[in-house]
Amino acid sequence: MPSLGADMETGTLLEWLVKPGDPVHRGDVIAVVDTDKAAIDVECFTDGVIEQLIVEPGRRVPVGTVLAIVGAEPAGQAPAPGPAVTTAAHVTSPLVRRLARDQGVDLAGVPTAGPGGVLHRADVEHLLPRKRDRMPAAADHLAPAATRRAMRASPMARRLAAAAGIDIATVAGSGRDGEIRADDVRRATQSGDRPAVPNLVRVGGTTAAPTATAPTATAERHPDAMRQAIASLMTRSNREIPHYYLTTTIDMTAATAWLRARNRELPVSERVVVAALLLAATARAARRVPEVNGVWVDGELRPASSVELGLVVSLRRGGIIVPVIADAAARSVDRLMATMRDVVERARTGHLKSSELTPPSITVSNLGDQGVESVLGVIYPPQVALVGFGAVLDRPWAVDGMLGVRPVVTASLAADHRASDGAVGARFLNHIDRLLQRPEEL
Amino acid sequence: MTPEHARELIEQTLLDIVPDADLAALTQGVDIREELELDSLDFVALVERLSERAGLRIEEEDYGELRTMDSAVRLLTMHAAGSSA
Repeated sequence: MPSLGADMETGTLLEWLVKPGDPVHRGDVIAVVDTDKAAIDVECFTDGVIEQLIVEPGRRVPVGTVLAIVGAEPAGQAPAPGPAVTTAAHVTSPLVRRLARDQGVDLAGVPTAGPGGVLHRADVEHLLPRKRDRMPAAADHLAPAATRRAMRASPMARRLAAAAGIDIATVAGSGRDGEIRADDVRRATQSGDRPAVPNLVRVGGTTAAPTATAPTATAERHPDAMRQAIASLMTRSNREIPHYYLTTTIDMTAATAWLRARNRELPVSERVVVAALLLAATARAARRVPEVNGVWVDGELRPASSVELGLVVSLRRGGIIVPVIADAAARSVDRLMATMRDVVERARTGHLKSSELTPPSITVSNLGDQGVESVLGVIYPPQVALVGFGAVLDRPWAVDGMLGVRPVVTASLAADHRASDGAVGARFLNHIDRLLQRPEEL
Repeated sequence: MTPEHARELIEQTLLDIVPDADLAALTQGVDIREELELDSLDFVALVERLSERAGLRIEEEDYGELRTMDSAVRLLTMHAAGSSA
């Protein structure tokens, strides 16, 4: 289970997109994982052949758990569409193969009743009810006794369970006669090993039959779980990281004028927003000040070799997610804009890839669209800095002894005092300022 | 372009961007960006799609006209009238 965000402790495997025997390549999307914040497409980290899928769909497991085993690709063997089938002694009709594929059954493992090892449709069908029994998300976690007896639960417990999106039937009761009490629900919510809520339960193309106790399928992820994830990470940050804060107000006259002229010339689809300029300036400044671009691990700063720019994206239903723009300092403003649009849109529609949730080396929180003037952020551990931007606002501004009205933005830095001192942070913010005065060079 | 057509176009485009948007809330004088909590990226997407669908180029100078439903409808109908004349 990959770590898909600093605040992720566990993840629920929603769906496998491969089966044993499938050849895979680095970057192929092989599974979908739910992180409490979003469903993420998990990409394979290596080339090879899927040997074994270990974690079943619907299971919630800690980060670091082995999900599947990828073996080395057999030398000289062309990737076959269904290697397991071709190596098996069984002879199968196309119809049976299709059925197996549709149902996500690996034919190599199907025992046959027919003569000569020939697999028939019945052999595959025979397997399906068992497969269904085994696979549904919640099934493994349900205490059978709890599901069968009539549920006794306090009204408060039911309300809490509903709010947290957990099935009350899965909570172990500690009250008299096993009655479920509010505290039991709270414990179940915190323990993190509750069953996944099945919007999830698609097994190899089959929608598994909902279990009797499963709540009706819902695409809603419980906001509570996301809140908990954010809460625990931010608490850790404020507990462990001695933050210091710097702010500076940056004249955006040159930047906004450049943007306006540029956007007038180009097709509407290539328009760039001011946020892209702010990101570009931040990324380039971070490359020059390694003390703010990296992580604090084992009592020391480990500067990053590139700028992996985390971007705080607020989700429409509440909560935040932080996708990463890889090697941001090497990207042009246009490319940053395109990447930002793409990533933000997919963050909100739930189609981020695991490679977009690798650990950032620095994070930007831009709350300009919310109309606030400045952001004094909380650092995402183990990073050592968070850059905040407020809105670009027209303000009175003195230049050469004259007062005028200019568009300005407040840039802020929350930095880890273990990794850097105020003078370094100031240098970083000044770099951002200087870069924004020459937007054409970004 | 008729005002009805323009309104329909705007509503459809807003729903593309915010699928669960409450369009009924966009009554006279209500700020679209505030009401639907559109950020600058959403707004760029709105402008791009509207430009495409209405067959006109919405300049940054016109962004103010997209503040409310009524002014946005006016912008589209006027532009379309101008371009067809």
